[in-house]
Amino acid sequence: MIETVAILVSMVLAATPLLFAALGELVTEKSGVLNLGVEGMMLAGAVTGFAVAASGYGPWAAVLAAALAGAALSSIFALLTLLLLANQVATGLALTMFGIGLSALVGKPFLGMPLEALPALPIPLLSDIPLLGPLLFRYDGMVYLAVALTIALHLFFRHTRAGLVIRAVGENHDAAHALGFPVRRIRFSCVLFGGAMAGLGGAYLSLAYTPMWAQNMTAGRGWIALALVVFATWKPLRVLAGALLFGGFTMAQLHAQGLGIAVPPEFLAMLPYLATVLVLVLISRDATRIRLNAPACIGKLFHPDD
Amino acid sequence: MLRLEARPHPSTAALLLSPVLAIGLTLLAGLILFALLGFDPVKTLTAYFIKPLDSLYGLSELTVKATPLLLCAIGLALGFRANIWNIGAEGQLIMGAVAGSGVALFLRPEHGAAWVLPAMFLAGALGGMAWASIPAVLKLRFNASEILTSLMLTYVADLFLRWLVNGPWRDPEGYNFPQSRMFEPDAIIPPLLDGTRLGFGAVLALAVALGGWFLLSRTFLGFQIKVIGLTAAAAGYAGFNSARITWMSLLLSGGLAGIAGLNEVAGPIGQLTPFVSPGYGFTAIIVAFLGRLHPFGILLASLMLALTYLGGETAQISLGLPVAVTSVFQGMLLFFLLACEVLIRYRLRAGR
Amino acid sequence: MKFAKWAIALVVAAGMTATAQAEPLKAAWVYVGPVSDHGYSFQHDQGRKAAEAAFGDKLQTTFVESVPEGADAERVINQLAKDGNKLIFSTSFGFMNPTLKVAQRFPDVKFEHATGYKRADNVSTYSSRFYEARAVLGTIAGKMTKSGTIGYVASIPIPEVVSGINAFTIALRKVRPDAQVKVIYVNSWYDPGKEAAAAKALIDQGADVIAQHTDSPAPVQTAEERGVWCFGQSSDMTRFGPKHHLTGVIENWNEYTVAEVKAVLDGSWKSHDTWGGLASGMVKLAPFNPAMPKDVVEAADKVRDDIIAGKLNPFAGPIKDQSGKEILAAGKNFSDGEILGMNFYVEGVQGNLPK
Repeated sequence: MIETVAILVSMVLAATPLLFAALGELVTEKSGVLNLGVEGMMLAGAVTGFAVAASGYGPWAAVLAAALAGAALSSIFALLTLLLLANQVATGLALTMFGIGLSALVGKPFLGMPLEALPALPIPLLSDIPLLGPLLFRYDGMVYLAVALTIALHLFFRHTRAGLVIRAVGENHDAAHALGFPVRRIRFSCVLFGGAMAGLGGAYLSLAYTPMWAQNMTAGRGWIALALVVFATWKPLRVLAGALLFGGFTMAQLHAQGLGIAVPPEFLAMLPYLATVLVLVLISRDATRIRLNAPACIGKLFHPDD
Repeated sequence: MLRLEARPHPSTAALLLSPVLAIGLTLLAGLILFALLGFDPVKTLTAYFIKPLDSLYGLSELTVKATPLLLCAIGLALGFRANIWNIGAEGQLIMGAVAGSGVALFLRPEHGAAWVLPAMFLAGALGGMAWASIPAVLKLRFNASEILTSLMLTYVADLFLRWLVNGPWRDPEGYNFPQSRMFEPDAIIPPLLDGTRLGFGAVLALAVALGGWFLLSRTFLGFQIKVIGLTAAAAGYAGFNSARITWMSLLLSGGLAGIAGLNEVAGPIGQLTPFVSPGYGFTAIIVAFLGRLHPFGILLASLMLALTYLGGETAQISLGLPVAVTSVFQGMLLFFLLACEVLIRYRLRAGR
Repeated sequence: MKFAKWAIALVVAAGMTATAQAEPLKAAWVYVGPVSDHGYSFQHDQGRKAAEAAFGDKLQTTFVESVPEGADAERVINQLAKDGNKLIFSTSFGFMNPTLKVAQRFPDVKFEHATGYKRADNVSTYSSRFYEARAVLGTIAGKMTKSGTIGYVASIPIPEVVSGINAFTIALRKVRPDAQVKVIYVNSWYDPGKEAAAAKALIDQGADVIAQHTDSPAPVQTAEERGVWCFGQSSDMTRFGPKHHLTGVIENWNEYTVAEVKAVLDGSWKSHDTWGGLASGMVKLAPFNPAMPKDVVEAADKVRDDIIAGKLNPFAGPIKDQSGKEILAAGKNFSDGEILGMNFYVEGVQGNLPK
């Protein structure tokens, strides 16, 4: 017997770390910066969150610490690329390498330690509605936070001046600079935000999804998050859809194996990736839509005195 | 208050000195890091940079490690220059290894000797090119970003490889373990130097580096690549066919990655296993940028990065340095290299 | 006079050899994962530590962790041999061919390769009959399950995993003939996220007992959270599921490692193959959960004792394959070779193996 609601719930849980990281990278990229170090920042958040929680400071201190850790790591990136004008692609990759190693080093004493998972926070009354209740209202705090942030960012970029300014900086940093906007400071904040969100995504893994620390436990989710930003054409609501799609297909292929479907497990495991490519192809066919959405200055160097 | 002021021309002095400065800073930071962790700093640095090179075997291993990085990075750099972001070199590497292994496995000893290896190299290149053509088609027909498609296809390629070695290509005498038959001697790249694993692949990589430089600096195609990368609009006006450039870049980087993959299975490994590459396709991206997308720079960068990997192993073996420290050290080296590059295009000035 | 000179030279030489014998034996271990993962590599490292404890100054050990199983492995093993290590343990299957290549170059160095099948004059192989422990687990599962569906989180479809699934299922169906085993492969030995997702999927498909042949405690955690019984793997995972962790398969290389080091020290080392099981202690069971009912404990103990005494073979016929066809007649057993290369499922296992 397969319980549909339970499957959908597991989809949401699988999507949450991707959602955090992708939303953060979206903001970074909207401001015109490409930070490929998501995997490293997620791991920094995961290890820091776990370390703080395992040392007895409580889950919310752990979550905060994880966000700070992600932001701290991203500040190295910001310093190198925004101040010293280093190449963004290479710096981001170096950050990934550095983050993987640093987190492994810091996490050594915490290997093999069990931890209480983040408590579920069922919303009173709403969580008792049949079907919809367990599906939407019985998650832990971080899931609600991720969804809330999605909506908040959607509104932020659509309806606030600050959102517009960030988009301007990402589209044409020279024009924005001429208009008097502090381009570097704006980008710096966006990079830090991206780092903090990646840290939260990692923390979700080590505090809620599988409450433990293991080296490299993000297992490539940072790269998926990067792909999801492109997939979502830099729109927050679409990031949510993409994360659910990916999480959904991941669970689907596992369920298919359990049902004994006569396809080799390796091919079933390809489903999430192929599905992402397929959907991307379908939505990319309109060339104009893509061009209008990608921040024009992404990855380009900006120097105020040039 | 220090600030950066653009130089009218890139400084040649800084071009040569910035890597030296970066290495110096890394050594300093490394000394501090190792001391903090309780290891003898000088011994550790020696283990990292000197010990791996103290024998012929060590030097040959450096080239063995650098070869796939160099092959992939040259191809990637040509693409990056034209703003084609092939992130999926790892997948193309795997498919090249698969294609070449197919030739090796289905040829029996009696089919003849001399042409097996060249056929394998060709198959490797074609396999990588075929895999890279998928993102190319998707980009040109459907505007799908090659960043995402090439990346997703990497995972697909890895799973395909696992299926092959777990299933149809499994060694029938291998107790059903996930690996192919060992290749026949004709299908194995012979070592150029006895007692080492230095093979033809390294020579090929050098030739590719030279070829890449020639292509970029002396041919019209290279010119088109550079212009398209700098200003797509101007390139359009000049009549450069961006579709053709897209095809060329992806096929070239895919083909080179495929050759790198074939070189691994037919050389150091000698069979098809699930562990063809520990991420060469991704590391090559760093190598490409460290080399500033220039073939000769890439040659040096691939050797340097290879050295840090070898150094990490040596430090683990002789000093018990945790392997995680290697990644931290490599990351630091990269940070300093990237940071010091600023001095090439800008100079420090005091005042506002 | 000349004779006296010779005698003195001989005595001095003997004395020098005696001092040379006091040089510690250098031995090295190569691990595929991090040592502190409390899993597969951790258990191998326990063997190294046991040897250190047993031999003190006579042994000097080194280890290298997280060595990828590709082209890098040969270089690392080669370096260890060049560095003067005379006994090298390469502890993962993927190190097989690199170990053999290096062994050819260093004939005076002895190699121990775990979970492989190729030997040489200076290369031994060793592994553990994990499937014997799985038979005990299957017995317990059969008695503890209510729904009759068991979920199995598996790593890669290799014979070691398949024979474990089969032994488990055969024992399971002796106790509960209608039980089914659902298998999900996560294509990795250690991926907590995937393993947790697989466990969730199995539970959502009706499994009320979860077994695993992956190395992270994620399935145990998931089972504990969902209130489902579970079995651990590699090391004792009780602390990850205190209420629901019934027992687990524990790899124990300590006695074997000590014995091999001793053989090198006293010069009696020979290349051989060792495939030890419950009897020799190379595979053990984690402590039983106190919540396990008495009759289940008794049944489990009986199966274990019978296997140790040689009275029960986990792969004794009659055995049927998935389609119901009898592939092993009553009174016969599968040979070691057949178990080592097992690539089919027995009746009761739901799933498909790559062919």
